[in-house]
Amino acid sequence: MTHKIWLAMAVTALLGIGVAVAQNAAPVTSLRGETAIDETSPPPLNLKQAKPANGFGRAYRQQPPLVPHRIEGYQVNLNFNKCLSCHAWPQNARFGAPKVSETHYATRGGERLDEVSPQRWFCTQCHVPQVDAPALVPNAFKNARELSGAFAN
Amino acid sequence: MSENTKRQGFLARMWHAFRRPAVTIAAGTLLSIGFVLGIVFWGGFNWSMELTNNETFCTSCHEMKDNVFVEYRNTIHYSNRTGVRATCPDCHVPKDWLHKVARKIQATNELYHHFKGSVDTPEKFNAKRLELATNVWKAMKTTDSRECRNCHEFRSMDLSKQENRASKLHEEALGRGGTCIDCHRGIAHQLPAGAVAAAEKLYKSLGYETFTLPPPK
Repeated sequence: MTHKIWLAMAVTALLGIGVAVAQNAAPVTSLRGETAIDETSPPPLNLKQAKPANGFGRAYRQQPPLVPHRIEGYQVNLNFNKCLSCHAWPQNARFGAPKVSETHYATRGGERLDEVSPQRWFCTQCHVPQVDAPALVPNAFKNARELSGAFAN
Repeated sequence: MSENTKRQGFLARMWHAFRRPAVTIAAGTLLSIGFVLGIVFWGGFNWSMELTNNETFCTSCHEMKDNVFVEYRNTIHYSNRTGVRATCPDCHVPKDWLHKVARKIQATNELYHHFKGSVDTPEKFNAKRLELATNVWKAMKTTDSRECRNCHEFRSMDLSKQENRASKLHEEALGRGGTCIDCHRGIAHQLPAGAVAAAEKLYKSLGYETFTLPPPK
């Protein structure tokens, strides 16, 4: 019986100390950031899509290439895939577009198909456009080539 | 019974009055009145035709409003940087009078199918979508995308302001006699399944080699 009372008192004391410590620590920040509650925060930056003429480099060999052109309004659904209008063989040569990789014509089980595999149908799940925006948080990502001197060119 | 007591029929009397030369009214008066009335009725005809020539009227049918209008709302012809828009008649009804009236007469077919209920459910609409799309592509291809050219003029395009892909392909299209619909199918409404095969079939039946940009000469 007394053990239980001691236990309860110890827990209460710990909680009390914890609350005191928390109140002295830094205040919690919300999505508002530094803006006070009676101020209007600045509007978000209206940034344009990055469209380098020669495309983006790849950070590592298997990276899905980034999209260097506008794809706004491109229909990619069960009925039709607009990306393939330019990127599928044989019309990719006419349009000067990179051909859809051979890996996209194989199913998960390794079966080779004549059309793009259903698992790879929705291009924008992996291939995305880029915006030249300042980083939201510090980013220490290193390119595969930067990592190891042996492969750096 | 004498002949005088039996009056002629209504139509016969009207016809005789119509054919008889005017007794009291001057010819000039009649002509002027006719001229003014002609203007009034011509204007009235045109005005009532134009009542059927806007987005509100077109989307008053639920078949249009729930299917193609919803798709069009996500496209650049509905909302874009400048706010310059193309609504239903801008793309589907020619602007010049003769072609416009011809299309309006053709539109009675659409009235018929609306009342018949040919496409009044989403399933029925999607089943017919390929046929409807092919009709529009055919109309565009045979008129060199006349409705697109209501607003978009090839020779006035500032290619240096376009994206690399666009400027390259527009230049080629201009040189090879291509037309807008060759590449810009599905610009305003979603493409149905089998669109590519249907386009290929249509172009072959019209006598073209490829269903996209024509090959270099």
